[in-house]
Amino acid sequence: MNKKLAQQYWKENLKYLVILLSIWFTVSFGFGILLVDELNQIKIAGFKLGFWFAQQGSIYVFVLLIFVYIYLMNRLDKKYNLN
Amino acid sequence: MTLQLWIWLMIGLTFSLYIGIAIWSKAGSTKDFYVAGTGVSPIANGMATAADWMSAASFISMAGLISFMGYDGSVFLMGWTGGYVLLALLLAPYLRKFGKFTVPDFIGDRYYSNTARLVAVLCALIISFTYVAGQMRGVGLVFSRYLEVDINTGVIIGMAIVLFYAVLGGMKGITYTQVAQYCVLIFAFMVPAIFISIQMTGNPIPQLGFGSQGADGIYLLDKLDGLSMDLGFHEYTSGSKSMLDVFFITAALMIGTAGLPHVIVRFFTVKKVSDARKSAGWALLFIAILYTTAPAIAVFARTNLIETVSEKKYDELPGWFDNWEKTGLLTFDDKNKDGIVQYVADPQINELTIDRDIMVMANPEIAELPNWVIALLAAGALAAALSTAAGLLLVISSSISHDLIKKIIKPDVSEKGELIAARISAFFAVVMAGYFGINPPGFVAAVVALAFGLAAASFFPAIVMGIFYKRMNKEGAVAGMLTGLFLMLFYMTKFKFGWFGGGTSEDWWFGISPEGFGTFAMLTNFIVSLIICHTTSNPPKEIQDLVEKIRIPSKE
Repeated sequence: MNKKLAQQYWKENLKYLVILLSIWFTVSFGFGILLVDELNQIKIAGFKLGFWFAQQGSIYVFVLLIFVYIYLMNRLDKKYNLN
Repeated sequence: MTLQLWIWLMIGLTFSLYIGIAIWSKAGSTKDFYVAGTGVSPIANGMATAADWMSAASFISMAGLISFMGYDGSVFLMGWTGGYVLLALLLAPYLRKFGKFTVPDFIGDRYYSNTARLVAVLCALIISFTYVAGQMRGVGLVFSRYLEVDINTGVIIGMAIVLFYAVLGGMKGITYTQVAQYCVLIFAFMVPAIFISIQMTGNPIPQLGFGSQGADGIYLLDKLDGLSMDLGFHEYTSGSKSMLDVFFITAALMIGTAGLPHVIVRFFTVKKVSDARKSAGWALLFIAILYTTAPAIAVFARTNLIETVSEKKYDELPGWFDNWEKTGLLTFDDKNKDGIVQYVADPQINELTIDRDIMVMANPEIAELPNWVIALLAAGALAAALSTAAGLLLVISSSISHDLIKKIIKPDVSEKGELIAARISAFFAVVMAGYFGINPPGFVAAVVALAFGLAAASFFPAIVMGIFYKRMNKEGAVAGMLTGLFLMLFYMTKFKFGWFGGGTSEDWWFGISPEGFGTFAMLTNFIVSLIICHTTSNPPKEIQDLVEKIRIPSKE
C-alpha cells in the first residue's frame, strides 16, 4: 500500500474513533454522571433515567459501540483491500 | 444430598475439567507459552478475556459493594466496562499488528530503549503482584467458608491447581481453562439471580426485574429508596460522593482497565488484527452479562436483607443468620437490650454489622434456594479467582523470562532455555502469590483498587501516544511513565498509609480521592511526555516507519 492510501485509511479510522468515543463519553460521563440529576426527573417503569444510564444503559451502549466499530473497520479494510 | 456433598461434587468436577484441559493443551514453544501460538478464535478469546478480567472481586464483592453504595457503585459498573471501548478502539488492534509477546515488548521497541522496557517491566510487576495476592486470598476464603478447611489449606489447594496448568500449559493452557471457567462462573452467577428475580418481581430477567414492581405493586427501587431513607441511609438511587470524584474514579477505572497488562496481552493471542477487534467485542459482551446483572442482585439482596432483619426479633431470625454469624461476617450487638434488630445508619444506635461480601454469597440462602445452587456459587467464585490469578501469573512469568532475561540480560538464550526460564519463573510467581495469600499484607485490599490508578498513570499514555503520536520519543515516554507512576504512588501512600505527612479527605487535592487520582496522574503523564518530547530530538526514521506499519492491518 502506498503512503497516500495509508494516510487516507488512517484519517478515516480517526474519524470513526472521534465519533464513537464521543458517544462513549456522552452515555457514561454525560448521562450517567454530569447530567444524572436532570435525567433522574424522567422515569421509565421503575427506573430513574440517569440512574439507569449509570448502571445499565451505558454498558449496553459500550457493547454496541464495539460491534459498530468492528463493522465499520471491516468495511474500511475491504475498501482498501486489507482484509 | 447435603450441602457439603454438593459442594465437594461441584468443585471436584470443575477442577478435574481444568486439569484435563491443561494436559490436552500443553505448551511446546515459547510462542505457545506466551501467546497460545496466536491461534485462538475470537469468541474463545472473548470468553477467556472475560474470565481473566472478572476476578474474585467482581464475582463475590461487587454486587455487595453496590448494594451498600447505591448510585455511587456505578463507578465500578461503568469504569470496569467502559475501559473495553478504549481497549478495542485505541489499543488492541495496533498491539496485535505489532505482534510481539508482552506490553514491555511494545514499550521497549517503540521507544527504542531498554530503560523504557525496564520501567515497563517494573510497572507490570507492581500492578500484577498487588492484584494476584488478592485472588489467592479469595480462593482461600471460598474454601474456608464452604468446605470448613483452614484458609491456608485452601490457598495451597488453589496454588497447586494454578501451578499445574500455568506451568504446564502457559498461555495456551490458561486460555482454554479460562474458557471453561467463564462458562462455570457465568452460569453460577446467573442461576441464583434469575431465581431471585422471579421470586421478587415475577420477571425472569434480572436486568428488567429490578425496575419492576414487587408483589405489593410498588416499584422495587422506590421501595428501596424509601426503606433506605427511613433507616437514615442516603437514598439508594442518588449518591453521597461528589460529582467530581465520581467522574475521576470512573475515568481512572476505565483507563486503568485499558492499561492492565494481563488484559492487553490477551489480544496478542489471536491470528490477525480483525480478530483482535472481534475478541474485544465478544469479551465486553460476556462481561456485560455479569455487570448488568450485578446491580440487580444488589437491589434484590439489599431489599431482602432489610425486610428480613430490620425491627425483627433476634430469636425468630431464619437459620442463615446463625450460619453467617458464626463466620464473623455478620454481627449483632443488642445495644438497647430489647431483643430486636435495629439496623440503621447512625452508628450509635445500629446493632447489625454486615460484611459486604456476604450479599452475594448468602443471597441463595436468604432467598431459600436449593443446595445445588449454593454449591454452584462456590464453584463459580473459585473459577473467577483462579482464572484471574492464572492470567496475572503469566504476565509476571513472561516479564521475567522474556522481557528481563531474553531481552536485557542474556539475549543469546536458546528457545528451549527461555521456555525453561518461563516455567521456573511461573513456579516462583505462584509460590510468592501463595505466600501473600497466606500472609496478606494489610494493604492488599486498599492497593488492588489502586492498581488501576497505577496502570492508568503509567502504561496507558505511553501506549496510546506510541500509536497515535509518531513524534513521541523515548525521553518523553520514560519521563511521563516515571512521573505518572511516582506521583500515583506518592498520593496513594500519603493518603492510604499516612506517609509524607498523611492527611484526611479534607486535604485531598481538588477533592479527588486516591481511587480517582489515577486520572490526574495520567493527565500529568501526558503533559510531561509532551513537554519533554518537544525539547528533545525526533525518534529515528525506522521507529516512525514502525508506527506507520502498526496503523495498517495488512502484512506489508
